[in-house]
Amino acid sequence: MSQRPPEDEIAKARRAAERARLGAHRGLATWGERLVPLHDFRRAAAGHGRALAEDERRCEVHGFLAAHGDATPVEGPYSRIAVFGGVYNNSFGLEALLADAARRGAEAVYCLGDFGGFGPHPDRVWPLLEAGGVRSIQGNYEQSLAAGAEDCNCGYADPRDNHFAAISYGYTERRCSPAFKSYMGTLPSRRRIRVGERELLLVHGSPRRVNEFLFASTSSAAFLEVLCDRSGADAVLCTHTGLHWHRRLPSGRDVVNVGVLGRPANDGRTEVRYALLSARDGELGVELVPLAYDHHALARDMRAEGLPEEFVETILTGWWTTCLEILPAKERAASRF
Amino acid sequence: MSPAPAAETVPTQTAATESAATETAAAGAPRVELRSLDTLWFQVAGTVCNLACTHCFISCSPTNHTHEFLSLATVRSYLDEAVELGVKEYYFTGGEPFLNPEMEAILAATLAAGPATVLTNGLLLDRERCARLAALAAGSDYSLDLRISLDGYSPAANDPIRGEGTFERILGGALNAASAGLDPVLTVTEVHRENAGDEGRGRFIELLRERGIERPRLKVLPVFHLGAEAERSGAYESWQRLREGDDGGAGWDHLQCSSCRMVTDQGVWVCPILVNEPAGRMGERLADTLGGFPLAHSACWTCHVHGVSCRT
Repeated sequence: MSQRPPEDEIAKARRAAERARLGAHRGLATWGERLVPLHDFRRAAAGHGRALAEDERRCEVHGFLAAHGDATPVEGPYSRIAVFGGVYNNSFGLEALLADAARRGAEAVYCLGDFGGFGPHPDRVWPLLEAGGVRSIQGNYEQSLAAGAEDCNCGYADPRDNHFAAISYGYTERRCSPAFKSYMGTLPSRRRIRVGERELLLVHGSPRRVNEFLFASTSSAAFLEVLCDRSGADAVLCTHTGLHWHRRLPSGRDVVNVGVLGRPANDGRTEVRYALLSARDGELGVELVPLAYDHHALARDMRAEGLPEEFVETILTGWWTTCLEILPAKERAASRF
Repeated sequence: MSPAPAAETVPTQTAATESAATETAAAGAPRVELRSLDTLWFQVAGTVCNLACTHCFISCSPTNHTHEFLSLATVRSYLDEAVELGVKEYYFTGGEPFLNPEMEAILAATLAAGPATVLTNGLLLDRERCARLAALAAGSDYSLDLRISLDGYSPAANDPIRGEGTFERILGGALNAASAGLDPVLTVTEVHRENAGDEGRGRFIELLRERGIERPRLKVLPVFHLGAEAERSGAYESWQRLREGDDGGAGWDHLQCSSCRMVTDQGVWVCPILVNEPAGRMGERLADTLGGFPLAHSACWTCHVHGVSCRT
């Protein structure tokens, strides 16, 4: 014979238990996994931590925001330079960039790293960098390839993003010559450049981390001001996210994400982007330049190399199909997928 | 007043002993320094919630006033300090943030200063609120991200944890948010083993697509054996603590406490996890809390071992 009580008795008991649970905190506080009288918790909490005087607080903040020493030599001065990032094996894009930058009067061309990934034939990139006299810094790709690391250290958090990142890195790692990898290991991780009266800090992700994502919609102006303060720079140039943007800060300084050459900017256009920086009446002129290139030839070579059709679709449509999970709400909302 | 059946009330003397024990543990623990203040959290609804989930590491419930609501004025005063310190992004949690009657005004003030993420249970995300939130998001240069918590693929898996009938109500809120263009991130804890791993993730993504959410976003978090969760699945073992050298020489910068602080109505705390530990309180204002913190708590062990970031 079943001893189970009738269903409504079970429901009644469950509701009573629920009421007891929900009422459990009246007059009490949670301290770890125990309940204690509320005033005991508050008194104990108030006894922890510091309460500095106003002048001590100013002193703490001042020390916290102090510039970090940086012995990077300053290159230049120039009156106009081109800066790009994220070649992602797109030799067609790199060729177009070198021609476009020369046509627009760039005196020097800088690359913010990530030669490889996504596209085909990594070894076609190096001769173009050499021929164009491109001065580069390391991205996470150069660091990983030079060190023989197992992954790209792109910094993605979602398994769907990491799946495609692993395909890109595996292909590049296998097809990249040892000599090119060694060259990557010789590159600096940052550069400083003078353009007119402005000193620019060139980094891959951010001045703090090679794989930090600086998206426009998740980088507060206050944060960018402090990045400039701590770097002792009038402008910070970065890449890594694949999306270009420029912010003129209230202090008059600039932060520029120069975008990438290897993948269109998730805006339905097949062009890629790079930055032109010019001395302009004591200020920094910033232009984010759309660059057309033979994207059909790139797509053809990607297919011939057996790279994922999702990558090819992005090249042909201008919309990202992979590595979308890292995007913040605003950038994701502007995305097709 | 009747205390919870499973929880025991600790008299004052034991609380003092506990405090002394914490100090002793802190003395031998490794220290994490604050490298930069990137992420500022607000315990905007205190510990008050319209649910009483059985895995809540701070035991939030309708009657838990351990921490109270934050007012708009209080949030504003910390925003002023945060701007000076270069905070990159702001996070709001509780309790249930949308119980706070000033929540939308608080978001408007925040979105003028930087990006905001709200951790919500989704129950109060009706269409009208989602439309207002979408308008707030559209009016800012910065992102407004919503994170909605769900704990299983079905009412049978979710409701015993989060409360009866919540599965459908949560998904309803998520759909309202998605329909308003807010692209919410569903946050799932590993309270059920099958929630983790590629297959578990795949099932959640599929569920969200079936419900008409076209761009399903997902974040999986481990559980912290604190608060209600300690009652549900057991507390930490004594060996689950960090010791000097556990970082393998790499430092502690991978922990979120190297770049975050948490504001509650009772001051500034080291991180979002330790707000129910008095020793987690670091000061009155942000400027008081720019120093290091001893990684003396078992929750610190979880963050290190599981590589947890509370960020989206």
